[in-house]
Amino acid sequence: MAKITPEDQSIVVRFAGDSGDGVQLLGSQFAESTALAGSDFSTFPDFPAEIRAPVGTTFGVSAFQINLGARRVSTAGDQPDVLVAFNPAALKVNLPLLQKGALVVLNTDAFNKRNFTKANIAADPRETGELEDYQVIEIDMSTQVLEAVKPLGLSKSDAEQSKNFWALGAVLWMFGRSRDPIKDWATKKFAKKPPEVLAGNLAALDAGHAYAETAELSAEVPQFVIGDADMAAGEYRSITGAEAISLGLAAAGELADKEILFAGYPITPASAILHHLSRMGELGVATFQAEDEIAACCAAIGASFGGKIGVTSSSGPGIALKTEAIGLAMAAELPLVIVNSQRGGPSTGLPTKTEQSDLYQAVYGRNADAPLPVIAAAGPGDCFDAAIEATRIALRHMTPVFLLTDGYIQNAAGPWALPNMNDYDPILHGTPPAANDDIEERKRAIWNRDPSSFGRPWVTPGMKGLAYRVGGLEKDIETGDISYDADNHQAMSELRARKVEAVADFIPDQEVEQGNTKGPLAVVGWGSTHGAIWRAVANAREQGYDVAQIQIRYINPLPKNLGRLLESYDKVLVPEMNMGQLSTLLRDKLELKVTPLTKVSGQPFKITEIADAIAANCPAGAKVKAAE
Amino acid sequence: MTKPLTAKDFATDQEVRWCPGCGDYAILKCVQKTLADVGADPDKTVFVSGIGCSSRFPYYMNAYGFHTIHGRAPAFATGVKLANPELDVWLVTGDGDGLSIGGNHLLHVLRRNVDTQIMLFNNEIYGLTKGQYSPTSRVGTRSPSTPAGSIDTPVSPCAFALGANAKFIARGIDTDAKSLSPVLKAAREFKGAAFVEIFQNCIVYNKDVFDGFVAKKTATETQIHVEHGQPLLFAGGSKGLKLNTQTLKLEIVDVGDGGAPESEIVVHDETNRTLAQMLIDLPMTSFPMPLGVIHREPSAPSFDDAFWNAHATKGKRTGTVADALRKGSVWKKG
Repeated sequence: MAKITPEDQSIVVRFAGDSGDGVQLLGSQFAESTALAGSDFSTFPDFPAEIRAPVGTTFGVSAFQINLGARRVSTAGDQPDVLVAFNPAALKVNLPLLQKGALVVLNTDAFNKRNFTKANIAADPRETGELEDYQVIEIDMSTQVLEAVKPLGLSKSDAEQSKNFWALGAVLWMFGRSRDPIKDWATKKFAKKPPEVLAGNLAALDAGHAYAETAELSAEVPQFVIGDADMAAGEYRSITGAEAISLGLAAAGELADKEILFAGYPITPASAILHHLSRMGELGVATFQAEDEIAACCAAIGASFGGKIGVTSSSGPGIALKTEAIGLAMAAELPLVIVNSQRGGPSTGLPTKTEQSDLYQAVYGRNADAPLPVIAAAGPGDCFDAAIEATRIALRHMTPVFLLTDGYIQNAAGPWALPNMNDYDPILHGTPPAANDDIEERKRAIWNRDPSSFGRPWVTPGMKGLAYRVGGLEKDIETGDISYDADNHQAMSELRARKVEAVADFIPDQEVEQGNTKGPLAVVGWGSTHGAIWRAVANAREQGYDVAQIQIRYINPLPKNLGRLLESYDKVLVPEMNMGQLSTLLRDKLELKVTPLTKVSGQPFKITEIADAIAANCPAGAKVKAAE
Repeated sequence: MTKPLTAKDFATDQEVRWCPGCGDYAILKCVQKTLADVGADPDKTVFVSGIGCSSRFPYYMNAYGFHTIHGRAPAFATGVKLANPELDVWLVTGDGDGLSIGGNHLLHVLRRNVDTQIMLFNNEIYGLTKGQYSPTSRVGTRSPSTPAGSIDTPVSPCAFALGANAKFIARGIDTDAKSLSPVLKAAREFKGAAFVEIFQNCIVYNKDVFDGFVAKKTATETQIHVEHGQPLLFAGGSKGLKLNTQTLKLEIVDVGDGGAPESEIVVHDETNRTLAQMLIDLPMTSFPMPLGVIHREPSAPSFDDAFWNAHATKGKRTGTVADALRKGSVWKKG
């Protein structure tokens, strides 16, 4: 394998160390610097479930991967080209992921017998030959850091804390980046800490940079210049899925001219949304941390009943707990947005790893016939629009809506073109009828549903002359009174089904993102597999394969034209991070024969995995004719 | 000018479907009358309930109503109150709904001090599911699920509330509107979570289980109506509760002729948490049942007030998303 060279269009860098080493901070600051340099990028934080696992162990290894490029970057990268490993455990865990020929930077101060034992390593990997295929740079990082901060009089353990800044300084040099934005950021971040903390980190940053520039490193490693990526003109910022969902919900509130009441309960990886929203008070967002998942959902529904847009969020196990309440919101015809940041399951599963295995839960997972709209975000930035769309459906149709995202989208970051808020239509809901003293007429007006969306007027306590009662008991289709009537239950069940079907009348037709509208193969994805599929299809098409990419946002109901569109391909390949849930849905709803490509390892798809499947499923003769 | 509302104006067009003779009827009437008496506005009043016989209550109240799911009414009510703090929110629950499946939510609505009135109808039985023993059933209660008698120690609703740091705890009896109504008024006036345990007679599955202190004939001997600033007297003033300073327990003493002077009788102080604990813990068999407002600590802020005070903008939108998107580092392309 070729060594990485300064001319490469994109480079994948991975930082790995103990969960206390500050690897995530190092990575996110490097991403920030990449953004300012104008390159495209995608990040993937990969951390353990334990907050601080025993130091030096393999299960305590935390990693941060970034793919940066002068061309479009669609995933955090299949195989790292550069690994910075702070200890032997980090090397052991991450070495198998690397490209042959990759650059491996080691903190040699951590390569000692004690740490080998902790990581269950028999012999020093630098001496066993297992690093032969890589370009290894050994740096006594800890010693260097201690040396750099010595004049500040920090304790040894405090000084060691600055290791990540030292490494960041070195990496910034490798990529020819300025340290100034990082310094500005650090000055703000540590403003409330004792001054020596900031001083120590800045000293380490400079020392790492100087070391790379002046010491042996510059002889061994060329500087990489990842140029400006060709991206559409406009304003950009870096955003994670959790931030984008939070801003999207706030935007939905603005578009609906309603305030948002978000009720949540801590759970990995969904909590980040609660954290972001709790800082968005000025955008008309209030957050309530409830006593449990059930209460969070119930409080959000109570808020919707009370006139605010109720939103709740969780991950699979928490969503399971909310299920009964979601059924009530559906029966009571109240708006609610439920965000599921999917994670590895079943049960507690792999809390910090990513998966797309709650599709069944969202589409089918309630007692009785309880259909709900379900939509899925395709990537970090897309979460913004997806959150607006979920809220729009919830208010238009007066129904709970599932918004599916996952651990990868939630934590991954990439550049995001800032939207123009004027491009969005206002979010509407059924307006309340006039006050009415005639009880019979009042009830009928309250339950008078829009004939196209089946959304009812949103009547909320405090409104004059409209007091009404609602609950989970079956209600009369016209008056809302409790009804055990057989025909009425039939009619209500049909109404609930028709309402969700009606969502399809309001959503855009399914488009083909890349390739033709018919042909030998379509790769159909949903959610966070989008990036890997995009690159794999783009590469395959460059190689002449006639393959199309279709990304489904609307999971339930599916876009009306989807069935006919997919029938126009000889084969439909469905990659997803579960055992084949979208495949089941497509078979169920469209009676379509599909080829699943499943992966449930807790890790996102690699581009090569999808590329291989394209090659295997797209016959060679189906290559695009050069002239076309 | 509009006429003041009467109890009837708080009734709905729905046929009430509790068993004939059920204590719920009396409570419903009392609540309707109380709301009329205080001039409540049906458009600003919300009844939220869980599941069970008592939880049908909202359907019969001419106000906004939300009949939710089993045990979770406190969480819904919290959401309603946060969404619109101007609303007068009432919670209706029972011993099974509030203390079994919903025990967790009851704990939190109380300790948070959400400004609601929580009426817990205690009948010591599961009525709607046909008579199984409940978390307040006394040991030995025979029921379809406990043919040999229940074995678990019951929970005392008021002790639970006090343990949850409730700032308003009161008791009443379903058919005793005369003393229940003032308790409900006080609960409504209280800014915070006002917990009211109402002894409610389930005529079908647990008939007359409270007869020991409810029966009219013996009521003066078996009930003690507590009132802030008044000595804890009962039996027409001939008996009272005195603090035994050796055992730190309340004991019954005769008052007046040959008995203790009234000055030795404990004066009810509803702000005194220790006294509240003693009153709540009085053994039912040998002491009169304390009724009325047992505990009230009006100084604590209500959760809904604190919640919105903690939000700098009180939840109002003062900024734009367009600006928020541009916070932090933004760069330009092209």
